[in-house]
Amino acid sequence: MTSFDAVTAILLVPVVAAALLALLPGYRVSARLNVLAAFLTLAAALSLFVSERPQPGRYILVDDLNIVFIALGSFVGFTTSVFSASYVGHELEIGRLTPTNLRFYHAMYQILMFAMNLALVANNIGLMWVAVELATLTTVLMVGIYRTHEALEAAWKYFILGSVGIALALFGTILVYMAANPVIGEGLDAMVWTVLIERAASFDAALLDVAFIFLLLGYGTKVGLVPMHAWLPDAHAEGPTPISAVLSGLLLNVALYAVLRFKMLLVVNPAALAPGPLMVAMGLVSLVFASFMLYRRRDIKRMFAYSSIEHMGIITFALGMGGALANFGGLLHMTMHSLTKSAIFFAVGHIAQVKGTQKIADMGGLTVTHPVLGWGLVLGVVAIAGMPPLGIFMSEFLVVSSTFAREPLLAIVMVFGLLVGLGALLMHLNTVAFGEPRGSTAAAQASFVPMFAHLALVFAAGIYLPAPLVAWFQNVAKLLG
Amino acid sequence: MRGGLVFDVAHMLAGSLVLVSLMQLYQDRLYALLNVFALHAVVLAMSVAWQAAIQHAPHLYVTATIALVVKAIIIPVALHRIIVRLGVHREIETAVGIGLTMLAGIGLVALSMVLMLRVTATADPLAREDLAFALSVVLIGLLMMVTRRNAVSQVIGFMSVENGLVLAATGAKGMPLVVEISVAFSILVAFIVIGIFLFRIRERFDTVDVGALDRVRGDQR
Repeated sequence: MTSFDAVTAILLVPVVAAALLALLPGYRVSARLNVLAAFLTLAAALSLFVSERPQPGRYILVDDLNIVFIALGSFVGFTTSVFSASYVGHELEIGRLTPTNLRFYHAMYQILMFAMNLALVANNIGLMWVAVELATLTTVLMVGIYRTHEALEAAWKYFILGSVGIALALFGTILVYMAANPVIGEGLDAMVWTVLIERAASFDAALLDVAFIFLLLGYGTKVGLVPMHAWLPDAHAEGPTPISAVLSGLLLNVALYAVLRFKMLLVVNPAALAPGPLMVAMGLVSLVFASFMLYRRRDIKRMFAYSSIEHMGIITFALGMGGALANFGGLLHMTMHSLTKSAIFFAVGHIAQVKGTQKIADMGGLTVTHPVLGWGLVLGVVAIAGMPPLGIFMSEFLVVSSTFAREPLLAIVMVFGLLVGLGALLMHLNTVAFGEPRGSTAAAQASFVPMFAHLALVFAAGIYLPAPLVAWFQNVAKLLG
Repeated sequence: MRGGLVFDVAHMLAGSLVLVSLMQLYQDRLYALLNVFALHAVVLAMSVAWQAAIQHAPHLYVTATIALVVKAIIIPVALHRIIVRLGVHREIETAVGIGLTMLAGIGLVALSMVLMLRVTATADPLAREDLAFALSVVLIGLLMMVTRRNAVSQVIGFMSVENGLVLAATGAKGMPLVVEISVAFSILVAFIVIGIFLFRIRERFDTVDVGALDRVRGDQR
């Protein structure tokens, strides 16, 4: 398979699947088709690693950086579709979703996959914007799918804040075009990223600075950086749990990827503002703020949503610090966070279904009543809290140690934030997983494979990272500057 | 066709768009707001058409037509129907007083002038003025979204933000059509989304006042 075909496949498979899923009635068939489509996309995405790459075109680009994002995204997309199949079955049984809703849900799931892959392979900053907007709209619809009061409120809030973010990002994109216009000339070329990066050194620095601020605020809203994070906990808590997993594991990364592409443009231009400190500041604020917010959460999905803000803060911080080691740590952390957080949401989804509630106070003693789910959750939370020997410990250690070498004060703030978050997570974990059993103890009809597959990867990465992977990440880290 | 007149007309149209944006801020009835929004779209269409003429960029006429047909006619008519059906043509409850909102709007216009004119010193004078006006329109639209609590007026605020973005995109010379169409398209999509939401909101709570949605706020349940 040549690479061009692979790129076509990761875009075409979800589109075709979405069309089919919109037409097919029965949910069992659709759920399986959804899994199959996600698997095919994953296979195509993995083949990108081995096949030869096409010349970057005016719309499509495949390079070392986005392959990582695409592979990670397709993997989480695939495992989530497996989890989703068992999750929606239960939702249908208890009548929270109707078959019509479900048809819509599956079609939207594939459109979301398409939009995210398109955003990642886009070489054109306009196309990238369109794809991110499409991803936003599909997730808005999915968050509101339960049509409860809370779900509508969450979807509305997400829609309003998301579109404000998207509007700011488009304004930033237009400004980048304006900056490129005198150097590259009019027309499509001035929006092609590979052309932009070659000539970015001679762009008007002031215009580029303002553009980046708009882009950081715009796409940063989608990353969930504080102070634009307000939509994120609601959207995670009120939507279906597979969507929470996809939001945390995928969509936040895609938005961060967009910020990174523009950051690279600014790094090349010597006269432009240094983008690093801005990202470092927003990342640190997000990390510390979210850690404190973790304490008072009463809704389990909302709590893990705040934990996502915390971790996106760490990743933004690390990539803002820059340099080979911090970038490496940031990328590794992004991978580990995606895997762990979606695994946690898989567990939480089934737990909430068993208990019939998302309130932390109404669940307890899970390790006794539901050993597999309970210990899965314990493992996931221990991983996300950054305990050794799991993968997140390693990436956090890399970020902290590289920061200590350069900016000890920032490292102290970061460690403080991490410890605060750790305390909150363990406190809530104690309530949920141990102690007297509370709430319903009905058996869970769950698929545990996706959850444990993710956790096994995180565990393995904490102990041993294969050399080719390390080399790949080092290469990407160098690319990011 | 270079020179004073070309510049003056473009300038006037873009400036009018800002003015109409400010007019939106003090409308306290939904129908009136809707009419002003339609006017907003008409001015945008004229401005884009003028850009098409002076840049010799025929594809911009498409954008102008989309603005005129979709945003000045179809969407206002549809929203009008929604308002009638929902029976919400009473006064808009603004979260902040009108005087204060106007002052904030004027402040935002000043801010965007100061910012954009400073950073685009080297750019084409027409493009930089367009950009400055566009930013004002975007910011005023955002202001409207935060000061109104009614879902319909938030939607109108959102669409004026999009109008500002179209103005910016057409002001940037030779910007590929891809983006403009997508902007127009996104408005349509957004409108459908919103339409669905409005009906669902109505279905459930008999009101489109977003304030009523704040009854439950996450953790305080």
